[in-house]
Amino acid sequence: MAFWIASSPHNHQQSETSALMRMVIYATIPGIFAQWYFFGWGNLIHIALAVATAFVAEFTVLSLRKKKITTQLFDGSAILTAVLLGISLPALAPWWITIIGSLFAIVVVKQLYGGLGHNPFNPAMAAYVMLLISFPVQMTLWQPPLSLLAMDIQLADTLSVIFTGYTPQGYSVEQIRTHIDGFTMATPLDTVKTNLTQGFTVLESMKAPTIGKYFGLGWEWINAGFLLGGLFLLSKKSIHWTTPVSFLSSLFICSFIAFIISPDSSASTMFHWFTGATMLGAFFILTDPVSGATSVKGRLIFGALAGLLVYLIRKFGGYPDAIAFAVLLCNMAAPLIDQYTRPRTYGHKLGAKK
Amino acid sequence: MESVIERIQKGNFWQFHGGIHPPEQKFLTCTKPIASAQIPEQLIIPIRQHIGQAGDLIVSVGDKVLKGQILSVGDNPMSLPIHAPTSGTVTAIKLMAIPHPSGLRETCLILTPDGEDTWQQRHICPDFQLLSKGKILEKIVNAGIAGMGGAGFPTQVKVSTLAKIEYLIINAAECEPYITADDLLIQEHSPTILDGIKILDHLLAPQNILIGIEDNKAKAIETLQKATADIDHIQVCVIPTKYPSGGEKQLIKILTGQEVPSGVLPSSLGMVMQNVATCFAIADAVINDTPLIKRVVTVSGQALDKPQNVWALIGTPVGYLTEQCGYSNSHDKHLIMGGPMMGFSLANDQIPVIKTTNCILAPSEIEIASPFSSTSSKEVECIRCGQCADVCPAQLLPQELQWSAKAKDQPQLEKLNLFDCIECGACAYVCPSQIPLVHYYRVAKAEIRQQKLLDIKAEKAKVRFEARKLRLEREKIAREEKHKKAAEARKARMNAGTPAAKSEKSAVAAALARVKAKKAQAGSNQDIVSQADSSVEQIDDNKSQVANAIARAKAKKLAQKSQTPISTADAEQDTDNAAIAPKAQPVVTDKKAKVAAAIAKAKKRQATEQASNSDTQVLSTEETTPVSATSGAVQEPITDEKSQLPINKKAKVAAAIAKAKARAKAKKETDGNINAQPSSTSTDKPTVVPAQEQYTLAAVASNKATVTLHTETPVAISPVNKTATASDERKKKVAAAIAKAKAKKLVEKTQQASPSTSEVKISESDSKPTTEAAIAANKKARVAAAIAKAKAKKLAASSDKSQPSE
Ligand code: SF4
Ligand code: SF4
Repeated sequence: MAFWIASSPHNHQQSETSALMRMVIYATIPGIFAQWYFFGWGNLIHIALAVATAFVAEFTVLSLRKKKITTQLFDGSAILTAVLLGISLPALAPWWITIIGSLFAIVVVKQLYGGLGHNPFNPAMAAYVMLLISFPVQMTLWQPPLSLLAMDIQLADTLSVIFTGYTPQGYSVEQIRTHIDGFTMATPLDTVKTNLTQGFTVLESMKAPTIGKYFGLGWEWINAGFLLGGLFLLSKKSIHWTTPVSFLSSLFICSFIAFIISPDSSASTMFHWFTGATMLGAFFILTDPVSGATSVKGRLIFGALAGLLVYLIRKFGGYPDAIAFAVLLCNMAAPLIDQYTRPRTYGHKLGAKK
Repeated sequence: MESVIERIQKGNFWQFHGGIHPPEQKFLTCTKPIASAQIPEQLIIPIRQHIGQAGDLIVSVGDKVLKGQILSVGDNPMSLPIHAPTSGTVTAIKLMAIPHPSGLRETCLILTPDGEDTWQQRHICPDFQLLSKGKILEKIVNAGIAGMGGAGFPTQVKVSTLAKIEYLIINAAECEPYITADDLLIQEHSPTILDGIKILDHLLAPQNILIGIEDNKAKAIETLQKATADIDHIQVCVIPTKYPSGGEKQLIKILTGQEVPSGVLPSSLGMVMQNVATCFAIADAVINDTPLIKRVVTVSGQALDKPQNVWALIGTPVGYLTEQCGYSNSHDKHLIMGGPMMGFSLANDQIPVIKTTNCILAPSEIEIASPFSSTSSKEVECIRCGQCADVCPAQLLPQELQWSAKAKDQPQLEKLNLFDCIECGACAYVCPSQIPLVHYYRVAKAEIRQQKLLDIKAEKAKVRFEARKLRLEREKIAREEKHKKAAEARKARMNAGTPAAKSEKSAVAAALARVKAKKAQAGSNQDIVSQADSSVEQIDDNKSQVANAIARAKAKKLAQKSQTPISTADAEQDTDNAAIAPKAQPVVTDKKAKVAAAIAKAKKRQATEQASNSDTQVLSTEETTPVSATSGAVQEPITDEKSQLPINKKAKVAAAIAKAKARAKAKKETDGNINAQPSSTSTDKPTVVPAQEQYTLAAVASNKATVTLHTETPVAISPVNKTATASDERKKKVAAAIAKAKAKKLVEKTQQASPSTSEVKISESDSKPTTEAAIAANKKARVAAAIAKAKAKKLAASSDKSQPSE
């Protein structure tokens, strides 16, 4: 007869961090599906590569750090990081980009800072930025939507391109990216930006083939997919509503103000919402609790700051998309935000705190 | 703005931050009636069952007690008595595990019931209105009533508040899952509870009475509403179910919208909160004179066959209750005292029910898979999800508290208001990383308390240390001051060394004079003896004259001689003395000089005829000036000359003294001779005695027995003055005795003087000579004494001789 000693509370809502992570991973499925539908196998291959690398890296580091491997390896955080990285890489980027990015994310950004819960930066985004800065050529090899491609690439072709740089038929990435009409295509954001520098109005650039019917062929659907996943997470209370809401409204307000001021040189609010990695960022990256702010007020500030940064970088920065940079900057600001958004404890006067 | 009451009547309540909705599980017990109390084989009654101090036991092992009998008495407001829950025998008083998260052991009284359940004499008081407030309070104290909701705060402390009470809040929220004890108590005993509320109303006279009850207790609400329908100022407030709305601070926030400031009691806001079970106990105590000896306990959990509420006697072991309710699980027992959120697991089932025990939980294994057990922690790192902060009713930041607790950062913990944590467990309940947050806080709180105790101790030690340091410092300063003064004094003395030496020298001169005088005396004695042979009467006259003459002559010689030894350093011993004495007796010399002067003066007065006034005056002035001029730097060459003067004079004075004395004696003798010449002894001896006395005086003077001189001189002189009547024999003896005594005193003096010199800190080489000098002085004194004795003998002999000749 043994008495079982436990600390109160003896009850628990039975939520688990790993379950939370799994939930987030599942929620990326609609977006990934849209990616696959419009851009082919490229990202799926990258995701697989990244997850495998992350797993190996996590295992190695955890055993080196003498941690509980089983619980921590399967807490899902490494997988989620890898998935997010895989999603954000250009579909036809070479394989080693993924490997390097994944290793960097897990080993340097996450584990060197102390593992889950201690990393100040979002590992996926930090890796993405590192890759973008180190390998700008490979990292801008954006593949146009399949429908716009001159040739039809299958799984085997994609694999071959990723691992060798050429399709079995001998086409290079550059050739693949070429439009039927013979010009190289970029992402909608790139297109708009380039056009604007060339003196076109936004309206004119909206007619570009990459943009398609709405805000960017394929991209709008990918964003919609992630939005769907995000809403699912919200409904499951796996993520808090504050960050996505404040981020999206901030982005909306910024672009709206700019649009009002100069409609010709500013893209519409919806364009900003549904191109690039906006939705992915709003629901899957900024909501990463570890590197974000904790309190409700803090999260609101955090999201709003991210929205502003995204808009500014998109509008004035040299890089096509801004989510990764904005997220890293906000990560840096998070501790400060937390510091100044401490709630007033029950029974304490507001001024007496801090 | 609408008033609180209006809002309440509309059912609009405030909200506290956070809160959770754990599975309630109240259905297990809420429909079954409360089972009546059973008497177990043994009751374990801890002497302390509340917050505060234990009372002193007034029974001892072997005593028979009756039901309701008081077992301990307290002497301060925070101590409460305990009572015998049934009649029986006290079989032991020992340390036993008490209900405490840490399995703490405290003194418990073991009562073996006799099964009779015999009540002690009770005084039923059907109308409490007849009792004074003081009497009611006394009854509440004597019944040992403490808050029965959980904390166990002594009730009378709460209800005897002097603050003006706006709201009396009756806490019937019972927000913890599983627990239905209050619910059932209301359902079954609402009249008694209402009595209790009325008593409190009577005591506190609140403007409003609010009964806070969660909306999941439909029957109880109905009962309460019915019971209070005709009382205007009682509001039954049905609040939404949310954990932990039953927390004192949370309930106050819900009902009144006010927050109790951190660290103060609600009474400062004009509020008092009492649990329903406490109200019941108050009514029972005041009306039925029944102390708090039983309470309703929810025994629940899916591991029980018959989960139900039971009346349990205080002291009933938990195992007895679970057995009563059909606890089938024989291995891996998990018993929780209290609810699943704030209760604590028990280390064994022999832990007793106490005044604050509202629930015993025996969950099945799947029912409560506590992630915080000692064996199966699934804790992973905090992912900063912030869910804990979202649910914390105290609006703390549990995740930050947790980091600081792990890092043992106590200042940060206090900054984060750790002590405002009510340990409700909401944060740990929601934490996806399954961190036992509350456990960390408990440990951190204990550590901080410990640290504070240590700090207080350290502070005390520091104060003590500082005081000691200060004292040592003071002592050091004082010592330094002393050293400085001593050094200054020494310096001054060194500078004034010559005058001191001078006086020493004069002392030396006196010593020389004495030596000479001795010689002279010896001569004169012979003369006297020889003259006495021929004619006594003549001799009498002559002797004195002769003595005078001799003395004068000797004195003169002495004066001359005394100059020479000093200038030529003839007498080695004396110069030694002169050299050393000033060091050995620096203080004494000064006195001595004065004494000498005084003596001289006294003598002079006696010797008015012959002693020259100028001489003594010169002596006194000359002697005193160098002394008074010690502070001034007197140069050696000058003083050398001067020093000779006093010596000269002293010698003269000595001579004068001798003369004067001799004359005085001679006169007296003659007087005595004329008045009554009974025997020749009386004529002979007096002449010698003064001489002797002179010697002793001289010896004394030279040996610087200054203090004694003051006292001795009159003694020595007075007999001289009264010689005529005093017997000569006695005088001789006295003289001898005085001489001896003086010698002794001198010995002492010199001995004393030598340590004093070492204090003055002349180097060691100096102290040696001083002791030598002391020894020398000692010797001299002895010699003087011996001489005196010898002379006395001689005198006796001579007088003997002269007697037959007469
Ligand atoms: S246990 Fe403390 S920190 Fe946790 S929710 Fe309750 S009051 Fe807040
Ligand atoms: S709920 Fe747990 S994991 Fe989430 S922030 Fe709080 S302590 Fe960290």
